Amino acid sequence: MPRFTRNAACVLTASLALLATACTGSSESGATDDPNAETTLTFWHGWSAPAEVKAVEENIARFEKAHPNIKVKVVGNINDDKLNQALRAGGSNGPDVVSSFTTSNVGKFCSSGAFVDLKPFIEKSKLDLDALIPKPMLDYTQFEGTRCALPLLGDAYGLYYNKDAFEEAGIKAPPKTWSEFAKVAKKLTKPKGDSYEQLGFMPTYHGYETVVSHYMSQWDHAYFDADGKSNIAEDPAFAEMFTYQKKLVDDLGGFARLEKYRNTFGDEWGAEHPFHTGQVAMQLDGEWRLGMAKDAGLDFEIGTAPLPVADDEVDEYGKGFLSGTIVGIAPASKKQNAAWELVKYLTTDTESVVAFSNAIHNVPSTFEALKSPDLKTDPEFRTFLDIAQHPESTTAPNAVNGATYQLTLQDFGYQYESGKAKDLKAGLEKTAEQIDRDIEQAK
Amino acid sequence: MSTLAVRRRRSALRTLAFLSPWLIGFAVFFAYPLISTVYFSLMKYDGFNTPEFRGLDNWTYVFSDYPMFWPALRNTLWLVLVMVTCRVVFGLGVGLLVTRIKRGAGVFRTLFYLPYLAPPVAATLAFVFLLNPGTGPVNSVLDSVGLPTPGWFTDAAWSKPALTALAVWGVGDLMVIFMAALLDVPKEQYEAAELDGASAWQRFRYVTLPNISPIVLFAVVTGVIQTMQYYTQPLVAGKVASGVIGGSGQQFEPGYPDKSTLTLPQLVYNLGFQRFDYGAACVVALVLFALAMAFTALLMRRRGGLLGAGD
Repeated sequence: MPRFTRNAACVLTASLALLATACTGSSESGATDDPNAETTLTFWHGWSAPAEVKAVEENIARFEKAHPNIKVKVVGNINDDKLNQALRAGGSNGPDVVSSFTTSNVGKFCSSGAFVDLKPFIEKSKLDLDALIPKPMLDYTQFEGTRCALPLLGDAYGLYYNKDAFEEAGIKAPPKTWSEFAKVAKKLTKPKGDSYEQLGFMPTYHGYETVVSHYMSQWDHAYFDADGKSNIAEDPAFAEMFTYQKKLVDDLGGFARLEKYRNTFGDEWGAEHPFHTGQVAMQLDGEWRLGMAKDAGLDFEIGTAPLPVADDEVDEYGKGFLSGTIVGIAPASKKQNAAWELVKYLTTDTESVVAFSNAIHNVPSTFEALKSPDLKTDPEFRTFLDIAQHPESTTAPNAVNGATYQLTLQDFGYQYESGKAKDLKAGLEKTAEQIDRDIEQAK
Repeated sequence: MSTLAVRRRRSALRTLAFLSPWLIGFAVFFAYPLISTVYFSLMKYDGFNTPEFRGLDNWTYVFSDYPMFWPALRNTLWLVLVMVTCRVVFGLGVGLLVTRIKRGAGVFRTLFYLPYLAPPVAATLAFVFLLNPGTGPVNSVLDSVGLPTPGWFTDAAWSKPALTALAVWGVGDLMVIFMAALLDVPKEQYEAAELDGASAWQRFRYVTLPNISPIVLFAVVTGVIQTMQYYTQPLVAGKVASGVIGGSGQQFEPGYPDKSTLTLPQLVYNLGFQRFDYGAACVVALVLFALAMAFTALLMRRRGGLLGAGD
């Protein structure tokens, strides 16, 4: 074989390995199936812990009892990546009913048609969602008027604190403003060499749930202006939050020292979580931490409270960040009417919502369930129920490119807290430009 | 039609029939995906709706406005140059070592080969644990002897060297290939070189290396291709070290720390399957394709293809 030909053949063979095939899915809509006919649905969800999986199965068993003609095949441990691929691929073996923990992806799901528009089903069932579901939860399950999902329980974020550590430090009550919070965090911090015996609070954006969007919920803010352009450089709340967080990082020992300490932390979802082990005395977290902390068998008493608010927003104390699991219908499903029966049951049936909430310790997502006498609550969990119903509680708005704008802002947060970015104003302006450009690209 | 023409036609059809398995494979697995990738790079396409023509917008976005592209390209090139070189040098070194060991060669071969069998995710998790700057045994040892303790996977300056160490640890595949090549070098050439008074280095330089050069080239070319596809290890390392492993609805952006573990294949996935932007993902895929072609062509040209000393 001539050398050129041989070389060319080798080059082509080598390059072959790099090529990805372009697969295209199909998005069909229009439900023509009979929901009263015998059928089997496939339901994909993301829960994976045995207790959670059991709770889902029990919930489905209740549905099957109420709808004897519909059987449900449940598939757990599905993340958004697997979900996206399946929704694109379509096919008869794909899911009919799908769910996701990533509330911030709803904009992508609704605008692309990855989830079916539920409006025709809601109208057919004559559901008055405003009377059924709290507004923030209704907001994060739709995008620009397209309702492609409904909330399947919610998450509310608040403050966990170690009551024993508070008592030892002589702190009487959880802080209500960020100024008080900074003092409390410092008071609870016990340095040990170049590390800590106990840290009052891990403020960095990699401290598990201490991400930019969760902090921002405690300042009155708007991510986008009326024209849909990024507002982060214009709205002073963002600069205030970044400035506050950076000062907290510096006051608690500096970024490098905190990062080194963070590397000694156990997994967020394991028993060795730093709040469980006493490595941190306060933690920003969702309501699920309560059950996890109790399961971990702590040797101290847990307190819960709403997160602090900006010093000039004390009247809004009690609010928090909200998100939650969303559920919708796959566009390739040929059983969309039956699928709607399942979606409707899971999201609006009070008995189902209450039982599921009791089982997995999430916040109920309907008004009826929130005030149900069957809802198991204790004072610590009540904190999160109150946050969920607080009129000023917010969630990050949906965008056509999902969570991309939050990730871009978060990325700037890493730069700023670590000291790599010094000019906050210029950094926010540049980040805003990037967010606008990314959204433009996605439209 | 003359008999000759019929014969020629039959011969051509026969040739085509014999070639057809390759031709079909080439068309389905190479030509179609390549043409599709070029096509979609000019379209807005989210995988659900009908593609819309966008001209060069996706190309402009990736090259000018997508902040992850250039760091990913730099990282990928760094890994191609440093990681591939280290793997080939260590693979050859270990191959030389185990072919020369008189006793216990089997044990050493097994010990050096075993890490290659470790699943990439498990191996990466183990490395992140070992190199954890807060609790890892490596830094404890370094600290106890008074050496500096790097941040490894948590430090942008050390994350790629840490990934290189992980790749070198799993060099067993190259060791086996080099061992086979080294054992295949004619013994009489070494004897002749020794008679001529050649030193150990000269024997390696003028006898071993020319004989195994096709294998070295093979190792480099496949190494470049593998590194161009490098995805799992940097993603897992970044994810675990960052502490953001998902579960509460948080989305993870690859590259921790400070975009230092971003690679081009991660961008293809991130753009195509997480952002629903097939067009921009196809642009990055084509950049990867062009780079792989360029690297491979350059290496083939400079090293005279797969010709060894005896060819």
